[in-house]
Amino acid sequence: MKAINKTEVQEILDRFKGKEVYLHLETTNGAYASHFGNKGVNVGAYIRNAKLTYTEGRIEGTPESYRIGLKSELGWVYAEGLREWEMFEQKLLVAGHDAEGRLMVAFQLSETPFE
Amino acid sequence: MEKHRHVVIVYPHPDDESFGGAGTIYKCKEAGVPVTYLCGTLGQMGRNMGTPPFANRETLYKFREKELEDACKFLGIDYKLLGYRDKTLEFENKVALAAHVKSVLEEINPSLVITHYPEHGVHPDHNALGEATIEAVRLMEHENRPTVWASAITNDFEKVLGEPEVTIALDDDMVKFKLGAIFEHKSQAQGMLEKMNEQNPSAETKDYLERMKERLGKERFYIWKYD
Repeated sequence: MKAINKTEVQEILDRFKGKEVYLHLETTNGAYASHFGNKGVNVGAYIRNAKLTYTEGRIEGTPESYRIGLKSELGWVYAEGLREWEMFEQKLLVAGHDAEGRLMVAFQLSETPFE
Repeated sequence: MEKHRHVVIVYPHPDDESFGGAGTIYKCKEAGVPVTYLCGTLGQMGRNMGTPPFANRETLYKFREKELEDACKFLGIDYKLLGYRDKTLEFENKVALAAHVKSVLEEINPSLVITHYPEHGVHPDHNALGEATIEAVRLMEHENRPTVWASAITNDFEKVLGEPEVTIALDDDMVKFKLGAIFEHKSQAQGMLEKMNEQNPSAETKDYLERMKERLGKERFYIWKYD
């Protein structure tokens, strides 16, 4: 993945706007967060292939940490800490990694279901 | 190890076999005992993407499957995939999961099965697959049951469970063999490798390496007791 280009990501968000898309949204601090070092609690959530149509979709923020928000008829989708992106098989993949390259957050949209 | 006809290791992730079983596998090879790794998932949801990252959430499983293949080649063992998704094993139907594991075990017909000790596996997948594997063996006819060795990795397992009955202590050659297997899992192990090579490790890194050394130097198992 490469550093986020805000304009290019925004173009993709505009392209998917109003269409039925599939969402993968995830955040994690790892399955061993509370095991190594005995500090903290494992925290994570993921949703894969949630069907969604959004009426507004925008990327905001700075290269240190971008945010994406999607507004739908009934609610919202939000992710922050996003720094890298790529198009992969026509799917928009956006993610944030920590200093050691471990994934912290993933935000992905596709017109076809993720496998 | 000598008396075993076939050993099956049932763990959920590509790399669990190397971190948790490479020393035991080494001993099996010495004794000419075949080993099969039943791998529950492809570690699709791992957060290590390589250091620096070369995988993404959608490609990670392909790298991990290849790494599993390479590691098993290095270890000199067979592997079979159970086909589940990382981080979801505890939510699968328990009866169906145990039945699935049982059917695969019956096909291979091992004399020893190694899995995680339920509630002492730290990762929910470890606990769920350990539980299913122990249940799978329980469901077998008494005389057909393989021995089950369960590995506990919680920080306080000895306090709670007592001393494990089986200890495989790794000598230098075995540790080398184990690290070789672990580093076949490039997407997962590069970070650890970097930590090991750090010039001025932080207190946190030192703590991590200390535990890692302890974890790598011994493979310990409880012999599961069925009534």
